[in-house]
Amino acid sequence: MSVAAPRPVSIPPVAARRRRTDRIMRGVLLVMTLIALVPLVLVVYYLLKQGLGAISWDFFTTDPTGRFLGDPGGIRSAIIGTILIVGLATLIAVPIGIGVALYLVEYGKKSWFAQAVRYFVDVMTGVPSIVFGLFIYIVLVLTGVGGTFAGWKGSVALALLGLPIVTRSAEVVLALVPNSLREAALALGAPRWRVVFRIVLPTALPGLITGSLLAVARAAGETAPLLFTAFAVNGTTWDLGQQMNSLPIQIFNDVRQPQANIVERAWGAALTLVAMILILTLIARAIQRRSRYA
Amino acid sequence: MEAGTLARSGRSAPLERPLRARLPDRVLQWTLTGLAAGVLVLIGFFFVRLYGEASPVFKQYGVLDYVFSNEWVPSQNEFGALPLIVGTLITSVIALALGVPIAVASSLYITELAPSRVKQPLTVLVELLAAVPSVVYGLWGVFVLIPRLKPAEEWFNDTFSFLPFVGGPVAGPNYFITGLILAIMILPIVSAISREVMATVPVEHKEAALALGATRWEMIRMAVLPYSRAGITGAAMLGLGRAIGETIAATLLIGNAADIGKSIFSQGYTLAAVIANEFGEAASDPTHRAALIAAGLVLFVLTLLINGLARYFVIRGERATARRVPKGMAG
Repeated sequence: MSVAAPRPVSIPPVAARRRRTDRIMRGVLLVMTLIALVPLVLVVYYLLKQGLGAISWDFFTTDPTGRFLGDPGGIRSAIIGTILIVGLATLIAVPIGIGVALYLVEYGKKSWFAQAVRYFVDVMTGVPSIVFGLFIYIVLVLTGVGGTFAGWKGSVALALLGLPIVTRSAEVVLALVPNSLREAALALGAPRWRVVFRIVLPTALPGLITGSLLAVARAAGETAPLLFTAFAVNGTTWDLGQQMNSLPIQIFNDVRQPQANIVERAWGAALTLVAMILILTLIARAIQRRSRYA
Repeated sequence: MEAGTLARSGRSAPLERPLRARLPDRVLQWTLTGLAAGVLVLIGFFFVRLYGEASPVFKQYGVLDYVFSNEWVPSQNEFGALPLIVGTLITSVIALALGVPIAVASSLYITELAPSRVKQPLTVLVELLAAVPSVVYGLWGVFVLIPRLKPAEEWFNDTFSFLPFVGGPVAGPNYFITGLILAIMILPIVSAISREVMATVPVEHKEAALALGATRWEMIRMAVLPYSRAGITGAAMLGLGRAIGETIAATLLIGNAADIGKSIFSQGYTLAAVIANEFGEAASDPTHRAALIAAGLVLFVLTLLINGLARYFVIRGERATARRVPKGMAG
C-alpha cells in the first residue's frame, strides 16, 4: 500500500486489489443485467419483423380456413375466442379472488384458518397451468357436463389459474387501507358490511383493478389449460357452450405446421396476443401509478 | 342509528343492533369465510380427483414401477415415467443454472448499484419478460433459437466433449434449448422476489459496511448477500417450480422423444410436455389417459413440495423485518 498524499483525514486509500475487484464485480453485475434484457429485445424484434408482415385487414376479419395448401385464412375466431374465454374467466376469478382476500384481511387475519388459506393460495400460484387443465378435463369434460369440450370450461380453467394471483395482490392492497378509516366508519355506527362496501373496497379500488388486470393478462397468454377444455375449431362462435378457438391454441397448432404461410400466421397471431397482453399490462400500471395506495 | 330500535331490544346491551340489522354482517362474514374455505376444499378435491383418475395406472403398474420404469411406449401399453421425470429435472437444472445467477445479479444491480433514474425502467423491462406468453417463447425458440444456436452448440459439443453429458450428436430441439428458454421464463419471478428480499436488508447493515471502509461490492458481499440468502434460495425454488411445470414452450422445444438422452444436446421429454402432446390421442384409450393424468399428479406433487419449501425459505428471509403485513394492519 503506497503512502497517500497528505489528506485532511488520514483514511488509508483502498488497496488497488480491492478497488479492482469492486470495479470488475460492478461491471459483471451490469453486464448480467443487460444479458437479462437481451431475450426481451430479441423476442420483440422477431415478433415485429415476422409478425407485421402477416398482419392485414383480412388477417383480423377472416377465420382460419383449415386448409394446408393455399390461403390459410386469418385469426378472427381466435381473437373472439380469446376475448370471450378470458372475459368469462375474469368474471369468475375476480369476485371470488377479491372475496377470499377480503376474508383474509377483514375477518381471518392471523387465525390458523386464515393462515392455512393463505398458504394454499400461495401453493395454487405454483401449480402448473396444465394441471389446472387436466383437473377441469376430469371434472367437467369427462363427466360430460353440457357436452364435451366448451369455451366456458376453458374459462373455468383459466379462472382457477388467475384466482390465486387476484387474491394475493388484493390482499396486499386491502391491507394497505388505513385502519383509521375503518375505525372512523365503525365509530360513526356503520355496520361491518357497510364499512367493507363503502369504505374498504372503494379505497382499494385502483389497486384491486391493477391486480385483476395483471391476472387477466397472465391468463390470456395461457395455452396449456385450453388444450383439452375449450379445444379448437376454425370457425367463429359466440357461444361459450361450444368448442372455441383461441389465440394461444392457434399459435400452438400453427407452429407445428411445415407450411411457411401457416407459420407466418403464427407470428402474426403471436404479435396480436403480445400486443393485447401488453395493453392490459400498461393500463394496469397506469391505474396503479394514479392511485394513492399500493 | 335510530334510537327507537335500541330501546325496544329489551335484554341485550344498550348499543347492540337488532337481529335484522346484524343479519347482513353475518351473511357477509359467512359468505367470505365460505369462499376462503372453498379454496381449501378445491385443493383437496383437486388431489382426490387427479389421484382417482390416475389410479388405474398405479393399480396396474404400481406407483414405484410407474415412476422408476424407463419405458414409455404408449403403443405397447408401457408407461414408465422415468424418462419424463429425468427430462423435467435436466431441463429445470439447466434453467436454474443459467437463470438464477443472472436474475440475482440483475436484482443486485437494480437494488444496489443502478442510478435511481434507471431503476424503475429496468424493473419494468425485467417484468415485461413475464408478459410474453409461453407459446410465444416456444414459437421464437423453434424458429430463431434452434437454427441460430445450432453452430454454437456443435462447437461447444466438439470442444468440450470430454465433459460429462456433452458429446455425441446434436439434435435440433434438445434439453439445452428447453433449459435456456425456461431460464428466460423464470428470470422475472426469481428477480422480483430477490429484489423484494434485498429491499429488506436493513440500511444500517449496509451503512455499517460502507463506514468500515468496504467498497460497494464488499458491501454487497458482506451485508446484502448473507442477509438475503434464505430469500434468494426461496426465489430460486419458486423458479424451479415454474420451470418444472412449464408446458407449451417445453413441448415445442424438447423434441418429444421418450428416452433419457445421452447428452444435454439430445432430444427428450418432460412430464408437462407429454401431457400436452399425447392427450389428443389418449382420450380414447383409458390406460394411456390414466398414465398422462398420473404424470400430471407427479407434477402436482413435485410443485407442491417445491413451493412449500420455497415459501418456507422466503418467509424465513423476510421474517426479520416482516414487511409483508404493514404495521397496524396485523391485529
